[in-house]
Amino acid sequence: MDLNLSPEETRFRDELRAWLETHTPTDWEHRRDASIEQHFAFLRSWQKTLYDGGWAGISWPREHGGRGASLMQQVIFWQEMARASAPPMANVIGLGMVGPTIIAFGTEAQKARFLPGILSADEIWCQGFSEPNAGSDLAGLQSDGRLDGDHFIVNGQKVWTSYGWAADWCELVVRTDPTVPKHKGLTVMLVDMKSPGVEVRPLRQMTGESEFTEVFFRDVRVPVANVVGKVNQGWDVSIGTLMHERGTLGAGMQVTYQRNIERLIELARTIERGGRPAAEDPVIRQKLAQCYAEVQIMRANQMRAFSRISNSGVPGPEGSIQKIFWSELNQRLQQIAQELLGPYGQLEASDPHAIDHGAWSYGYLRARGNTIEAGTSEIQRNIIGHFVLGLPRSY
Amino acid sequence: MDFGLNENQVILRDSAREFFAGECPMAFVRRAAESATAYDAQLWTKLAAQGYTGIIVDEAHGGVGLGIVELVLLMEEAGRALLPGPLLATVAMAGAVVDACASPAQKQQYLAPIAHGDARSTLAFVEAASGWDRAALQLTAKNGRLTGEKLFVPDAGVADTIVVVARDGAYLVDASAPGVSITPMAGMDLTRKLYAVSLTDVPAERLDAVAGLDRALHIATTALVAEMVGGMQRTLDITVDYAKTRKQFGKPIGSFQAVQHQCADMYLETESARSAVYYAAVALKEAADDASAAVSIAKLYASDACRTVGNRGIQIHGGMGFTWENDLHLYYRRAKASETMLGDATFHRERLARLVVDARAKTAP
Repeated sequence: MDLNLSPEETRFRDELRAWLETHTPTDWEHRRDASIEQHFAFLRSWQKTLYDGGWAGISWPREHGGRGASLMQQVIFWQEMARASAPPMANVIGLGMVGPTIIAFGTEAQKARFLPGILSADEIWCQGFSEPNAGSDLAGLQSDGRLDGDHFIVNGQKVWTSYGWAADWCELVVRTDPTVPKHKGLTVMLVDMKSPGVEVRPLRQMTGESEFTEVFFRDVRVPVANVVGKVNQGWDVSIGTLMHERGTLGAGMQVTYQRNIERLIELARTIERGGRPAAEDPVIRQKLAQCYAEVQIMRANQMRAFSRISNSGVPGPEGSIQKIFWSELNQRLQQIAQELLGPYGQLEASDPHAIDHGAWSYGYLRARGNTIEAGTSEIQRNIIGHFVLGLPRSY
Repeated sequence: MDFGLNENQVILRDSAREFFAGECPMAFVRRAAESATAYDAQLWTKLAAQGYTGIIVDEAHGGVGLGIVELVLLMEEAGRALLPGPLLATVAMAGAVVDACASPAQKQQYLAPIAHGDARSTLAFVEAASGWDRAALQLTAKNGRLTGEKLFVPDAGVADTIVVVARDGAYLVDASAPGVSITPMAGMDLTRKLYAVSLTDVPAERLDAVAGLDRALHIATTALVAEMVGGMQRTLDITVDYAKTRKQFGKPIGSFQAVQHQCADMYLETESARSAVYYAAVALKEAADDASAAVSIAKLYASDACRTVGNRGIQIHGGMGFTWENDLHLYYRRAKASETMLGDATFHRERLARLVVDARAKTAP
């Protein structure tokens, strides 16, 4: 164990830090874009800036446009992003999940065709996994892919598709053999969202936004050449993607949480409670400290996970603790924000009295979804119970 | 930068695990629990032969000169085995203070015997109204002598020397000196005995480099958290084994989600506490800016987690978990005692708030 940076890591950090100092947009957190689309356009241009500087997808191998960054360089990357208060990147699904899946399972042609656009954010990706009747029980999905010459004809419905409204491409999993046990008849394919028969409908969520979508597929033709991995072996590919999801989402989250807890500490100094700053209230102090500690532990968990992945090469089922940790921590953090802000916590962006442009009322509602999306906390606990601890399957 | 263990560290951990499994099985722990001091001279000799009593003592003073990360790995294994006796008190508490605060002559006199396994020691800190807050200590030396009472002193009954933290510094006291009275306190943890140490005009040798005391207490706290993590891991292991074999309604109870999810939470809490203590260890090793905060983060998290892991483990065992015969209560008792030792979660949250809330207020415009 060694926190000291090697000369190479120091060079990496210094180069990144200098780059971020000149390129990171300032005060972006407090600007309130009129719509989610406008905000997304901002994040997309930020990713393009990172890409032009060579900082998008740093973990990817060099031959695929990345930097071949070591896991520790990735830790440094997220630390520096946090330090610079940099915005997140737009193509989250592409960078963290689809790209690594294509790199692991895709053909050379797929790699050449799709990877550059993921890095540059020229092509935004979504992931067509969940269905109305296949959420936690993903392998029970019913979307159907029927072989017709050199194409699959896809019919079905996906739901909770993040970025569906922005996506150019979709990593889709469909049932291509209904006659075999449910895990054995699935295939993963890359679908052009502009294909005839693809319809995206916004799914309005409890925050009032439509961050997610429903995607309908009616006789959509997908070339067989777009299958990732082998036909009917899509379960392994899907699990690979989901493990990346569990492992990688947390790394970016850490940046946001560090910024949020620091902002809460700052707010606690100015908000008065009983005639003195809330930061002097012993109860508030306890809660801020607990939350601050948990954000640091999330980072330490991440660092250990990265060291483990360095040895094994793949994210394991242990990644499920990251998912549980970040999602439940964010709910606690947002609740502390509400307690600190008192009645102001509920105010939405449109109210002139709102603090931080309504970010905390939005954050509170948005966090509610964290323990459901990307595999519910219950499913993550099943995964730990069965795959990590070796307990018998519960379902 | 690397957050994994190197080859030597893995060897140290594995050999410690093997050593404790052989020398400190639960039958031994139970015998120690029922004894007056929980100390076994033969085991102590073996611990010394392994180099464990001198793990952080440099070679010039008869130690093996390893670092805080190695100490943490050793204490984790000791905690897993519920090692009874004064290893923590001698090596990680008193030893760390002497190592950090003593003069070269004092080190030769006091540290070398600890490393060789010839002497046991402990740390006397808490007073009637002080808790673990150094600023609240009252005891003060007068003309090189101490008069007052220290409470909750671990393993003082088998200590040769006692490191006394007073209001005005740290002192070494000969446990057998006239005026020293050591009385057992009936603590919940049967495997680490606590004592009241009463001092009446006792000659005390001052440790001059008292500036090192904070760091020494950080090392002690980190070692304690590591021991707690080992206890949590063992509680988890015992519980998972039980959940796999105990059947109700014709199935292993571990197949029920209500049980399985509790096990998953035990795993999450254990792993998170481990991450926190490894980070604290490496931050201390490298004297990182956030080392002091990292120690409080580890202790506050582990103090809560060791209790909840114990709660879940016993709950999953059902009635069996509530019996004297089952080993879990021995871990549960240790967990409760360790929870408050060197500051509980509330104490360390407030300490962290001073570091990250107040410090920020001072530096901000």
